[in-house]
Amino acid sequence: MLLKLLFRNAFRHKLRNTLTVCGMCIAILAFGMLRTVISAWYAGVEASSTSRLITRNSISLVFPLPLSYRDKIRGVEGVKTVSYGNWFGGIYIEEKNFFANFAVDPKTYLELYPEYIIPVEQKEIFLRDRKACVVGAKLAKRFGWEIGDNITLKGTIYPGNWEFVLRAIYTGRDKTTDQSQFFFHWDYLNESLRKIAPSRADKVGFYIVGLTNPDLAARTAADIDNMFKNSFAETLTETEKAFQMGFVSMSEAIITAIKLVSLVIIVIIMAVVANTMVMSVRERMGEYAVFKTLGFGPFFLAGMILGESLVIACLGGGIGILLTFPLAKAFGQAVGDWFPVFNVARETIVMDAAAAVSVGIIASVFPAWRAIHVGIAEGLRRVG
Amino acid sequence: MSLLVSYSFRNLLTRRLTTFLTAAGMALVVFAFASIVMLAEGLQKTLVQTGSADNVVVIRKGSSTEMQSGIDRYQAAVVETQPVAFGNDGRRLAAKELVVLINILRKRSNSPANVIIRGISDTSLTLRPQVKIVAGRAPKPGLTEIMVGQSVAKRFKNANLGSKMVFAQRSWDVVGIFDAGNTGFSSEIWGDVDQLMQAFRRPAYSSVIFKLRDSSEFQEVKERIENDPRLTLEAKRETTYYLDQSAALAKFLRILGTSLTIVFSIGAIVGAMITMYAAVANRTAEIGTLRALGFKRSSILLAFLLESLLLGLIGGAAGLFFASFLQLFTVSTTNFQTFSELAFGFALSADIVSKAMGFSLIMGFAGGILPAIRASRMNIIESLREA
Repeated sequence: MLLKLLFRNAFRHKLRNTLTVCGMCIAILAFGMLRTVISAWYAGVEASSTSRLITRNSISLVFPLPLSYRDKIRGVEGVKTVSYGNWFGGIYIEEKNFFANFAVDPKTYLELYPEYIIPVEQKEIFLRDRKACVVGAKLAKRFGWEIGDNITLKGTIYPGNWEFVLRAIYTGRDKTTDQSQFFFHWDYLNESLRKIAPSRADKVGFYIVGLTNPDLAARTAADIDNMFKNSFAETLTETEKAFQMGFVSMSEAIITAIKLVSLVIIVIIMAVVANTMVMSVRERMGEYAVFKTLGFGPFFLAGMILGESLVIACLGGGIGILLTFPLAKAFGQAVGDWFPVFNVARETIVMDAAAAVSVGIIASVFPAWRAIHVGIAEGLRRVG
Repeated sequence: MSLLVSYSFRNLLTRRLTTFLTAAGMALVVFAFASIVMLAEGLQKTLVQTGSADNVVVIRKGSSTEMQSGIDRYQAAVVETQPVAFGNDGRRLAAKELVVLINILRKRSNSPANVIIRGISDTSLTLRPQVKIVAGRAPKPGLTEIMVGQSVAKRFKNANLGSKMVFAQRSWDVVGIFDAGNTGFSSEIWGDVDQLMQAFRRPAYSSVIFKLRDSSEFQEVKERIENDPRLTLEAKRETTYYLDQSAALAKFLRILGTSLTIVFSIGAIVGAMITMYAAVANRTAEIGTLRALGFKRSSILLAFLLESLLLGLIGGAAGLFFASFLQLFTVSTTNFQTFSELAFGFALSADIVSKAMGFSLIMGFAGGILPAIRASRMNIIESLREA
């Protein structure tokens, strides 16, 4: 009975309340999208494993490490596999076609990253051919590449045009796996460097260390760093998660800004819903006075106003949540270059719902207070 | 006409709470829009001011930043023979510099960030008149000394005057703090180029910067450098070089700002529409009276539209008012292109003010036009009867 009253009340003023529901729906949609953008930022962290360590030069990422460290790291207790690579920083035709490209030691690298799934026969050909490259399925789709295509990258860090043959395409094992990367043989890079810039050859950008026991990560990392203390190239070893987190924290300010903005939109919609409720309550002052005369208490009135506000907010919120999924999919395709992984997290949905409910509650506080405190005589006197 | 204006204005006053809520919604939209656009503007301003048009930056062909570039000593010497300007002391105004990133800890969060460290020659300071030493002195050639920009001194550990920073296996004395105003240099650390090249074991410079004798000679010098078979370098005006560096981040901020604002404004327009429809519905009898007194339909339309535009104006002005305080803050984040930390402020420009105000007026218009049309179409007799 009360519920029916709430719904009836909510749609007594059709135009206004439809507008409010629409506004609410858009706000929740925007809120959900912003939260998804933030979680896309953290996708790299989510996808990284704690059983891998990254060793790099302690000065900063732009400084390399000697190749000779490979065998020394392999000797450290708790280390299972060692792979290595360089950030290549190549450009495909134009700068705006950005994607991550690495020169890696292919065999060990693929061993360490079982989440990159490559068909067996493609993998064999890729491992045999020194000029071969492997790309993620999303990246291949973006540029329409097919197996056997020649791809030329323009080097920014390593000058010149570099030619590759696409030999394999990987897909992701998990939803969070980044499928827009480009890998090629480190040997190809190194041998070319030996010819054109011998001083830069035999240098590695980073080592990836696979552990026998992830629980000993901290000790192994310390062991590796201690081994190279006071050498020409001191190292900094951390888990892959911490390493990725370092990247995320670099754009902290932007993430904080997006978080703030997502709160702002909730405040905006709160103002809109509160406005609707204020108007409804003002119109119905006479009715409330009648309720009071009949003996209904303040709690009943407050409940009625709160309920109506909740009906509007939750209706809009619900539609908004439902629309988040198709929109996120479309948006994810549009910004795929920036955010390779773009999924709506369950957490986001929970926050959406919480935001909708709190908007409903807060928006009704002031109008309810007004309705409760209006004198019966005054309420009855007021018209419109 | 003035009657209409005061009618609209008083209407807003009578329903104070509703007016306030609607205008507050709009103000927030304008605030969000202005703040993000101001950020993009501030970023661009910072990086544009970093360069001066008479200076030329020479980097290796194909590299888009000094960080990726490498120029060996021989090539650098060839570049130095270009017709460059002379300083007051008769020296050639050309500097060979080293630019690398180092990873140091932030003061507050203790999290690491990449900071640009620049090895400077003795003419580097003359080439950048915007860089002024505010405390201490410049690092002396041949010593392990550095000076830090003001943003670095404020944000990073061990970056105060007199403290020591440890990187590249050496400990460096911070002997000076420099102020480079609102430029990218404020987020850098400077030290002697030869000392830094030794410490980092980098046998090559990153860039050569020189001042043109005459600004109009740029094209000629550029062609000579780029066509020289001994060199694999490219020359850019310093202003262009830094503008290019801000392109990606500024574009990202602008896209973010615009798409957010569009979504936000839909919410605010809905709010304005609700308010205006209610205003019209509440005043049916008044509208009837006005029409009976001889006011035309167009006047009624105008009155309600004016009311809604007034709402937009109030909202926009309030939003901009609060946004203007943001200019007191600086933000520091990683520039995607150089991969290094850069501090920049919010900058308000006349362009942003006019855009934001235009935006809020459009919101007011979009929210008010339909209700106003409804008001103007009302039938006199029916509307009078409703009272």
